Amino acid sequence: MDWAVYLVGAAMILTGALGVILLRNPVHCALMLVFTMFGIFLEFINQGADFLAAVQIIVYAGAVVILFLFVIMFLGVDRKEAIGAERLRFQRPLAILLGLVALVEILALSRVDHWVSGAPAQSGALKGAGSNVAKLGQSLYTGYLLPFEMTAALLVIAVVAAVVMSRRHQPSAGEMSPAAQKELRESHQSALSASDPSLAGRLEAPSE
Amino acid sequence: MGGDPLFAHGLSLAVWLILLGKVVAVFVIVLVSVLFMVMYERKAVAWLGVRYGPNRAGPNGWLQSLADGTKLLFKEAFTPRTADKWVYKLAPYLMLVPIMIAFSIVPMGGEITIAHHTTYVQLADPPWGILFLLMASGIAVYGVMLAGWASGSKYPLLGSVRASAQLISYEAVLGLTTATVVMVTGNASGFGDALHTHAIVAAQSGHLAFLHWNFIHTAFVSFILFTIAITAEMTRPPFDLVEAEEELSGGYNLEYSSIDFAWFYLAEYAALVTNSAILVTLWFGGPNGPTVFGHSIGPFWFAVKVLVVLYLYVWVRATLPRLRYDQLMDLGWKRLIPFALAWLMIVAGFQVTNNVSGSGFGHWLAQKAWGFVAIGAAIVLAVLFLRAVEVGGGASEVETAQQDRLAPDGREVARRGGTP
Amino acid sequence: MNVPSAWYLILAAVLFGIGATGLLVRRNVLVMFMCIELMLNAVNLTFVTFARMLNDVGGQVDVFFVLVVAAAEVVVGLSIIVAMFRRRAAATADDIHGLKG
Repeated sequence: MDWAVYLVGAAMILTGALGVILLRNPVHCALMLVFTMFGIFLEFINQGADFLAAVQIIVYAGAVVILFLFVIMFLGVDRKEAIGAERLRFQRPLAILLGLVALVEILALSRVDHWVSGAPAQSGALKGAGSNVAKLGQSLYTGYLLPFEMTAALLVIAVVAAVVMSRRHQPSAGEMSPAAQKELRESHQSALSASDPSLAGRLEAPSE
Repeated sequence: MGGDPLFAHGLSLAVWLILLGKVVAVFVIVLVSVLFMVMYERKAVAWLGVRYGPNRAGPNGWLQSLADGTKLLFKEAFTPRTADKWVYKLAPYLMLVPIMIAFSIVPMGGEITIAHHTTYVQLADPPWGILFLLMASGIAVYGVMLAGWASGSKYPLLGSVRASAQLISYEAVLGLTTATVVMVTGNASGFGDALHTHAIVAAQSGHLAFLHWNFIHTAFVSFILFTIAITAEMTRPPFDLVEAEEELSGGYNLEYSSIDFAWFYLAEYAALVTNSAILVTLWFGGPNGPTVFGHSIGPFWFAVKVLVVLYLYVWVRATLPRLRYDQLMDLGWKRLIPFALAWLMIVAGFQVTNNVSGSGFGHWLAQKAWGFVAIGAAIVLAVLFLRAVEVGGGASEVETAQQDRLAPDGREVARRGGTP
Repeated sequence: MNVPSAWYLILAAVLFGIGATGLLVRRNVLVMFMCIELMLNAVNLTFVTFARMLNDVGGQVDVFFVLVVAAAEVVVGLSIIVAMFRRRAAATADDIHGLKG
């Protein structure tokens, strides 16, 4: 039974991932990303990380990818991508080669098992009685409290950054750009000196 | 309690058959409820408007939904030329399937025994049960968004963007109020089980009948917030600008016809039925109710409560006017989310002080004093907060009025006509 | 019968490789972002596998944080792309230098 779930999940993950990198239309790529995430959901459930699986779908598939789709729809990026001119001649084969190198490297490194030195540390037992959520919560709010608070601050910062970066600059009441101010001042001065020639020499040049 | 006792002894053929039977039963229940609800809504809205509802098709009009379905099936099924074919076909199912699956976590009764296998009267009781509601709501947004985009024309796209923005805004309130319920359940029944829907329902049973329901344990406010949020999540009136014909000429399902439109229609009512069932599970104790001659009749009480909630939704539809889009977003982000968060913290305070053990007047006072202080503080803070939002809205109106008068380079221009 | 951890690690490594290749090959900024998400998901899978292997809940807590940081990163990255689009209606990674100044 575990093998059946693993294989279905693996098939979904690989199909989705290949879809993301091979399809032309970005919306289709986003949908294949959701498909991949459902595969990861299955793998998480199979390993007993059930709360994380649910959170993965709620946050990743249910919010992050929707954000992607919003941007794609708003900005009309759903034109077909130009596969044409590329600055480096051999970019594509080189990129595929580098991807393969990365994969082989990871697999080779995973055979090394003398990484750690010192005694093994453990934040909390995973197996045993009690539910996954309870153990996760205990660990998160006691041992990992500082990272938790820092990620909360990070989220607030991210929201503020997004709002600041994507709003349009509205000039507030009375705001004028320096160029417009200069133009206004010179037009006033020329109007004054035209109406009263005696003032011509006495209008001061603006201090820079 | 670890989960459904059906799976306690491994998977045999009997277990698979019982599971299959439960799947078919849940599917039938949802479909029949949807057909009933389509008909009941039209009838009840009509009665509330002092007129007859549909009364031609079948006895007193009760076959109307069947007639509607048949008519929709016979319409021409076309695909717009500029549509994205695969996504256009997929979108209705993305909306329908998660919502129908979400009914599987709803507990409808206690336990029944079939062929020496005891099982809960619910399709599934996973350890993360109640999170399934949030997952289903998240995936249903895809159906709405992709329906509008894949139609390849302007008005559906606009409608779908507005609809999906509405849906994701109210998901946060759903999550916060659900977290309140889970917290109360965890405190009552052990922290590990609080996400099982079976445990949520079991924690609401007790000697004092409905006084144990979460409706009361979270002091009403969370229930009200959840109800508003789930109404917006289903795009039911008064949050149904998604379907406002005067504004959008049809909304995200404009370019759909025949069977695909039927799926959207079905999905909307399936969402109504499923979300009412979950509301009853979370807040009204699900199948809890008085026993009859020593036997518990859980499914009957569950059905009664769900029907009451469904009537409330129909009543609200017949009564309240529609919210404007900016009012809706304002409500979700600026009022409901801070309120839900603040109430979560207050209920957390309740739970902590309720765990103060010991008898005697001093301890009782310690447990309840927090409650009174908290409620008083909540009321004061809410009034201050709302006042602050009003004042902030007034200030930005003044600034907009000033901008109307001064062009960006400082010259005066005539005020645009009308009030600021 | 449980699936041995090595199978999950290989799956995660392959997913990471696919994501890395996609990141290097595609030119549409949004699709590059999605490939980054693929790599992050591969890392999440690895963490959960190791949490199960070493019987340590810290692995799952780390997945939590990766999820949050990925969400924040997507928010900021997409707002950069939106700002970039205000200037020119093109979406290749070569145009990001237009945001300078």
